[in-house]
Amino acid sequence: MSIILDHVNYTYSSGTAYEIQALKDINIQIEDGQFIGIIGHTGSGKSTLIQHMNGLVKATSGAIYFNGQDIYDEDFDLRNLRTKVGLVFQYPEHQLFETTIFDDVSFGPKNQGLTKDEAGLRAFEALKMVGLDESLYYQSPFDLSGGQKRRVAIAGVLAMRPEMIILDEPTAGLDPKGRDEILDLISKMHDEKNITIVLVSHSMEDVAKYVQRIIVMNDGSVMFDDCPSEVFKHYKELEAAGLAAPQVTYLMHELKERGIDVDTEATTVEEAKRSILKALC
Amino acid sequence: MLRDITLGQYYPADSVIHKLDPRVKLVGTLVYIVSLFLFKGPVGFLVITAFLALSIKLSKVPFLYMVKGLKAIMILMIITALFNLFLTPGETPIFTLGPLKMYPEGVKTAIFMLIRLSYLIVGTSVMTLTTTPNQLTDGLEKGLMPLSVIGVPVHAIAMMMSIALRFIPILIEETDLIMKAQMARGADFETGGIIKKAKNMVPLLVPLFVSAFRRADDLAMAMEARCYTGGKGRTKMKPLKYSGNDARAYLLTFVFLAVVIVLRIYNL
Amino acid sequence: MSIVKAKELVHEYIRRDEEGNVEMIQTALDHVNIDIEEGSFVAVLGHNGSGKSTFAKHVNVLLKPTEGTMWVDGKDISNPIFTYPIRREAGMVFQNPDNQIVASVVEEDVGFGPENIGVEPDEIWRRVEESLKSVGMLKYRNHSPNKLSGGQKQRVAIAGVMAMQPKCIILDEPTAMLDPNGRKEVLEAVHELNRKKGVTVILITHYMEEVVDADRVFVMDSGKVVMDGTPREIFTRVEELKEHRLDVPQITLLAYELKKSGLDIPDGILTREELTEALCRLS
Repeated sequence: MSIILDHVNYTYSSGTAYEIQALKDINIQIEDGQFIGIIGHTGSGKSTLIQHMNGLVKATSGAIYFNGQDIYDEDFDLRNLRTKVGLVFQYPEHQLFETTIFDDVSFGPKNQGLTKDEAGLRAFEALKMVGLDESLYYQSPFDLSGGQKRRVAIAGVLAMRPEMIILDEPTAGLDPKGRDEILDLISKMHDEKNITIVLVSHSMEDVAKYVQRIIVMNDGSVMFDDCPSEVFKHYKELEAAGLAAPQVTYLMHELKERGIDVDTEATTVEEAKRSILKALC
Repeated sequence: MLRDITLGQYYPADSVIHKLDPRVKLVGTLVYIVSLFLFKGPVGFLVITAFLALSIKLSKVPFLYMVKGLKAIMILMIITALFNLFLTPGETPIFTLGPLKMYPEGVKTAIFMLIRLSYLIVGTSVMTLTTTPNQLTDGLEKGLMPLSVIGVPVHAIAMMMSIALRFIPILIEETDLIMKAQMARGADFETGGIIKKAKNMVPLLVPLFVSAFRRADDLAMAMEARCYTGGKGRTKMKPLKYSGNDARAYLLTFVFLAVVIVLRIYNL
Repeated sequence: MSIVKAKELVHEYIRRDEEGNVEMIQTALDHVNIDIEEGSFVAVLGHNGSGKSTFAKHVNVLLKPTEGTMWVDGKDISNPIFTYPIRREAGMVFQNPDNQIVASVVEEDVGFGPENIGVEPDEIWRRVEESLKSVGMLKYRNHSPNKLSGGQKQRVAIAGVMAMQPKCIILDEPTAMLDPNGRKEVLEAVHELNRKKGVTVILITHYMEEVVDADRVFVMDSGKVVMDGTPREIFTRVEELKEHRLDVPQITLLAYELKKSGLDIPDGILTREELTEALCRLS
């Protein structure tokens, strides 16, 4: 599976005085099995970008190819694309609506036209994956805690068995433990189910720990698209764009300037610790 | 499409219209709406157009921004026009399509209806775009205050309106978002008959209601935290006071109304 | 002098079934003792469900104690006659920026509080202007809140509280829904108010980075105050913080790990500069 965005532009309210170009000439290729982070401050175009990837928003110009097929072709099945490319919105727990958790998670598979049994099976599998206690399956989703609701909402997308899942700020509003649980879950989906993951975040620290590739969005364009250590080398430019590299990156650069021979590519606490110990001992 | 609704959205600018007392604007709008249903001939139409054009010009709100509100009711307008075109009886049909007959009378009513509807929307947006919801409800509150003597909770109604207006754009945006989120789960809001369509709305409406209640809860608490106890003992940051311009505006409005009435009598 | 004082404060949420029988009792605050100095900047840390928001709502009398007492500026919150005087002196800012802004124009929203307590129009205008200026939002006074960023909306909410001229302001996770820029804006505004106007600030949060500059930090877990001290004292106890489901800023964590591996660096490192200095001294 692959998604290619080819010279994609998107303009809001085009033709009026309030025209805003939200995306400018985006060229991105996403390959099977990747774990990608998209970073940008609010208004950088990252949310608009991901809504293009499953056809919820149509580009003003440019083309998008899913497995080589143009998704704007008249006979292309957009609903099918949406089940292949799952999109988990920000605060996804606000979209829960069924009377039981189980029914809510079955909503996606049912829309795919699966039989009741098959849909139930997938719901069960998805709920198991997100680690929700079985005794809760037939309770109302509205009685759960914030973190649990979010896991149910993610299960709702997972139950469609997508090949790729895009998550828009999946940790917003959660406390540190809740955040770690969600991030671990996402990385489990990637490792065990081999699902391609696109993680939208504004926390460099979160992203650095998990992803293989970072796409930095700024002012509607792709500013950087590379592996984390390469991207963080530009920490000064990132800061100018209203983003900060992980604290560790700054520290390593400062140490290097002060003559300690550390590896400036370290982005996590673990890497930094190893490098500092090596340099000092 | 939902983003295009301009009703209930304030457009900040420094204009004569913005500065008018909301009561004047409310009365003006009322008179304007009445005039839309009074006029019969081209002269009346011209007078109304001039009145509307003057208000828009004075309001300093870009014309395009105002007309944007029409996009949202386009379908309603087309349907109304079609009904009028084909269902108005007359004598000699000018166009026949199977059982459907179109008469000159129908064309006339349809055109009138279209003008009325679009003028209605644009005219009321002049008021809502230049008056903050708070001013608007202040105007209503003060204008309707006499009713509180007979036990009408005027302050509460005004507060409810102003809050509703504040949250309309937020809820519209939220509707858009929930719709997209459910579409991402394969929901279908477009195809099927009426019953199926209604059923398909459940995944949209339930989250919307839940969210509205949560917001209401939060807001009630925030208002309480800021010492809100209802209308008693409250002062106003912007107390309503008539000025010279308000008097002139009232005068203009009633001259306008008189002209429209006279024109109607003479069928112009 | 203390502005907020809690003594053996207990709060229980009681859920009843349809017949009014008690179905479940959840103890949100469990004999809490807290004393907050006037003019200080205090942070209350804890994960979701630790009781920190319940505590915050008592300071503004949105909740009343099941047992124990709380005094705000010497007034007992259980006494109904003090409800409004206390709410004037202790203003509250909530988590969701959208759901606490009442009016559709920034300045009208800031004026809402003073209107409620019967301040004269001229004085309201003066206060609105001053409060908006103090959070750097004066040039947005005629804007619609819907067009502002999250951080700006929160600053408007803070101005709305400041316009009531409180002695104390409680912020209940004001940054949880904001992006890093918004978070920075809000924190800077709050610190400025504390420094320049001497307003007591009680910041409820679960972001550890935000409490580094506080005068004092309380950590809550299961309704109890489990840690209490200066940020430096608190951040030295990394293992304990982890037990309470909190995480430690990257730099503090790194310093802690390095120390554990045998490097001779001081306890409770808070900033990058401190760690750089400590490491340079070693090389």
